[in-house]
Amino acid sequence: MKHTDISVPDYFHKVVDCQWACPAHTPVPEYIRLIAAGRYTDAYMINWESNVFPGILGRTCDRPCEPACRRGRVEKDPVAICRLKRVAADFKDDIRDRLPKPAEKKNGKRIALVGGGPASLAVARDLAPMGYECVVFDQDPQAGGMMRTQIPKFRLPESVLDEECQYILDLGIEFVGGKRIDSMKALLSEGFDAIFVGCGAPRGRDLDIPGRKEAVKNIHIGIDWLSSVSFGHIDKIGKRVIVLGGGNTAMDCCRSSRRLGGEDVKVVVRSGFEEMKASPWEKEDAIHEDIPIFNFLVPKEFTHENGKLTGVLFEKVKAEYDPKGRRKLVPTGEPDQHFPCDDVLVAVGQENAFPWIERDCGIEFDKWDMPKVDPKTMASSNPKVFFGGDAAFGPKNIIWAVAHGHEAAISIDRLCRGEDIGVRPAPQVTIASQKMGIHEWSYDNEITLDKRYRVPHREKSAALRNIRAEVELGYDVELALKEAERCLNCDVQTVFTGQLCIECDACVDICPMDCITFTENGEETELRGRLQAPAKNLTQDLYVANNLKTGRVMVKDEDVCLHCGLCAERCPTGAWDMQKYLIDMTLAEQACHLKA
Amino acid sequence: MTYVVKPKFHHPELPKNKLGFTHRDYEGAVSTLCAGCGHDSITASIVEACFELAIEPHRVAKVSGIGCSSKTPTYFLGNSHGFNSVHGRMPSVLTGANLANRDLIYLGVSGDGDSASIGFGQFAHCMRRGVNMVYIVENNGVYGLTKGQFSATADRGSKSKRGITNTDNAIDMVGIALQSGASFVARSFSGDKKQLTPLIKAAIEHRGAAFIDVISPCVAFNNHAGSTKSFDYVREHNEAVNFLDFITARAPIHVDYAPGTVEMVEQHDGTVLALRKLNAEYDVHDLEAAMSFLHHHAAKGQIVTGLLYVENESEDLHCHLNTVEGPLNTLSEKELCPGSAALEKINAALR
Ligand SMILES: Cc1cc2nc3c(=O)[nH]c(=O)nc-3n(C[C@H](O)[C@H](O)[C@H](O)COP(=O)(O)OP(=O)(O)OC[C@H]3O[C@@H](n4cnc5c(N)ncnc54)[C@H](O)[C@@H]3O)c2cc1C
Ligand SMILES: Cc1ncc(C[n+]2csc(CCOP(=O)(O)OP(=O)(O)O)c2C)c(N)n1
Ligand code: SF4
Ligand code: SF4
Ligand code: SF4
Ligand SMILES: [Mg+2]
Repeated sequence: MKHTDISVPDYFHKVVDCQWACPAHTPVPEYIRLIAAGRYTDAYMINWESNVFPGILGRTCDRPCEPACRRGRVEKDPVAICRLKRVAADFKDDIRDRLPKPAEKKNGKRIALVGGGPASLAVARDLAPMGYECVVFDQDPQAGGMMRTQIPKFRLPESVLDEECQYILDLGIEFVGGKRIDSMKALLSEGFDAIFVGCGAPRGRDLDIPGRKEAVKNIHIGIDWLSSVSFGHIDKIGKRVIVLGGGNTAMDCCRSSRRLGGEDVKVVVRSGFEEMKASPWEKEDAIHEDIPIFNFLVPKEFTHENGKLTGVLFEKVKAEYDPKGRRKLVPTGEPDQHFPCDDVLVAVGQENAFPWIERDCGIEFDKWDMPKVDPKTMASSNPKVFFGGDAAFGPKNIIWAVAHGHEAAISIDRLCRGEDIGVRPAPQVTIASQKMGIHEWSYDNEITLDKRYRVPHREKSAALRNIRAEVELGYDVELALKEAERCLNCDVQTVFTGQLCIECDACVDICPMDCITFTENGEETELRGRLQAPAKNLTQDLYVANNLKTGRVMVKDEDVCLHCGLCAERCPTGAWDMQKYLIDMTLAEQACHLKA
Repeated sequence: MTYVVKPKFHHPELPKNKLGFTHRDYEGAVSTLCAGCGHDSITASIVEACFELAIEPHRVAKVSGIGCSSKTPTYFLGNSHGFNSVHGRMPSVLTGANLANRDLIYLGVSGDGDSASIGFGQFAHCMRRGVNMVYIVENNGVYGLTKGQFSATADRGSKSKRGITNTDNAIDMVGIALQSGASFVARSFSGDKKQLTPLIKAAIEHRGAAFIDVISPCVAFNNHAGSTKSFDYVREHNEAVNFLDFITARAPIHVDYAPGTVEMVEQHDGTVLALRKLNAEYDVHDLEAAMSFLHHHAAKGQIVTGLLYVENESEDLHCHLNTVEGPLNTLSEKELCPGSAALEKINAALR
């Protein structure tokens, strides 16, 4: 194998599994350490810079970081990265004086943003302090997009949402609420220097089966129903409710129903339990609220009497896999099953819709009627128009919307400066040895064996009584500290200098995880098989270093390294060192500072 | 030295032996030796050997004297019996334990100071008697624990860290072991676990006195230019005569070597040592030739390593003395007080 070039920022960035997995590349271990140190405001600011909505995301993020977290490979559960983010938001001081100020001088460039969801807000946040005049249009009166209209208040209190939207609006952004954009052509003709489309994926899929028309009064499209609930237009539902669908929308529908009069609420899903799209914790919360989930049932017919819904008829299916491993649901042949109910919520998917974008204004659409968008620059085929969030590649989540927003902001900034948007700024890397003394490190390298701590919840009956009562109460300071200590500090990297090594094997012997091997070099697959412990996780790199006196190589499997620093403590020559690699993605605003 | 406790977490893919243990289960307390000390690598090899042989830790007794090397039994086999005796007295304490309970596996761990200076006599007698044990000398050429004075194995002409030349002749422990009748003699290097671990395994399975001289650099006092026990010097002058593959009696024998280069040596318990010869002339069964080979190479400044001598039909002290089968603490009153008829018989024999 080739000698690893650790000067390429991506190499050590990948080792920080959580940060690498986070679409916005939030420096997770750094903020977790700050939480452990009780520096909540600093922890919040790190998040705010990267992901813009720490209080919101600390409650609602899809948390792609957690399945990636190394702790999950070392023991059972990952660090509660997401809920620690909430801790920073909950316990921070007033941060307003640490936020950027509205630009004193505008730079003369005007940007239109369609939709006031997280994608547009992220773009505006990055661009406004630089002097861009950002105008955000939304058909709804308030900013927030689906964070406001869809996510139930018992998961995300309005106060948190208002606070974090306001930080952005206060940067001197013009928010035009209650204004629906009906024509892209018209918008293009208004002379904006760039347009960002962050209009989301607003259409809920319907279920066209017999009885749909007849029973229309009691059959609701999930996302329409949720937004009516959120605007207060709907405040009750029948006693017996069936929710169709297995995603997070279905989970929000069933849990909202329980709070609006639904006593017998069921979720019925085509697929098996494991294959459901909803996150495991969402399913867990629904089940905890006495909502049973029925699997492998395909809705066949809405039954009705005198124009009133009476229930849903289902066909029983099972999963069969073809030789290629593709799943097919086939009827089992058992008799159909009928569930009586008063209301049905259809939560079987969400779609994009761009009726307001004329197809002859330079924006190309593909065969699925989606705009053609470059995933790196977020540019459409019209050089002035950018897409992001759910509007770009279909429904995703808030953190992806934010990540798209950062990229679009960089592109818009470069476009307005007349630079090539294909050239992206490199991340900023700060490296610092953590050595303080012979056995002293400036990070806490002791490894706790504690299992993941549960977040305290509001008592169930109290939670179900009030749809605005937040269910999760968040960690208190003590629990937060214990959970924070579970983090393995994956950004404190093991850095090896071959020239200093005397090949005494001290690091090999002390390493609790058998990460290190000194051996003859070889081809990767073969080498992976003959290390101190087999390196079977191919998603994790091998760190290969040469320059050893015996001509062998040092191979370190990054997979389950605890970053405990014992190798460096044991090394008699300092060939191993623990160095903190802070990797910050460059945002539009910083890119401009760098150039200045 | 490390203050942080070695975390209990281990690699999820770590192999388990037939007892269900990983090699981590054979560790002891975290070492307090200097970072980089060769002795820690020997510890790791002992751990690996016991893991691979699937030895039940409670069947092992580890006995040592005084010195950095003699501290190491604390760092392996945390669930075994142990006795940290006085300076140079490991052999006699171990011999006594062995006589009382022949069923345990005895690991004697010592240093060059402990065995070639103060305990020299004990060492030779223990080999002579054929005590069934593994005798490991962690040989660094200095008294590490007392800050690096030359030991009796330091080569004449080698230099101390402060630049003083050693004018005394060196004792070659391997030579003494061969001469005193050890039935398994090997030499290895702490920096070469691939060579050392199978040797330790074979020594454990060997019946009789098995001696291994392991050159183990002292990074604090004897790893400089001018030392003949430094990592660099040993790597440059290492002359391995063979490479051992240890094959247990349980596993089927299948060795894939070029004909003529491998010799199979069967042990008393059916285990087989597959010896890959690196030096075609070297014969591990020829004591006299081995001794002259060692002299010859030592004169050229080479350090001969590998399995140097093994006796096929080896016997141990218990065979020589015709002692009872089994540990003494299992003897019942009936056997210990056989009655007046037996006494009468003994008395008659003495008349
Ligand atoms: C029920 C439900 C629960 C969810 N829960 C979570 C969760 O817990 N965590 C998570 O990360 N994600 C969740 N999501 C997904 C998340 O809300 C979206 O992925 C995210 O809000 C997308 O952001 P966006 O900025 O692309 O668009 P949106 O948030 O959809 O915002 C688009 C905005 O544009 C406005 N708009 C649309 N067209 C026009 C137009 N022509 N003119 C003017 N305004 C217009 C819309 O009114 C809306 O306000 C959930 C989604 C749903 C449906
Ligand atoms: C009876 C007695 N004499 C002297 C000492 C001092 N002493 C302690 S360790 C040691 C030498 C140890 O050398 P070695 O066995 O080579 O061990 P190393 O530390 O080099 O591993 C000496 C002389 C002692 N502890 N007891
Ligand atoms: S242990 Fe900490 S740094 Fe490592 S992946 Fe998990 S959260 Fe990130
Ligand atoms: S930091 Fe060093 S000793 Fe600790 S697990 Fe990683 S490689 Fe092993
Ligand atoms: S003094 Fe020498 S022998 Fe003793 S622990 Fe330190 S390096 Fe090892
Ligand atoms: Mg010594």
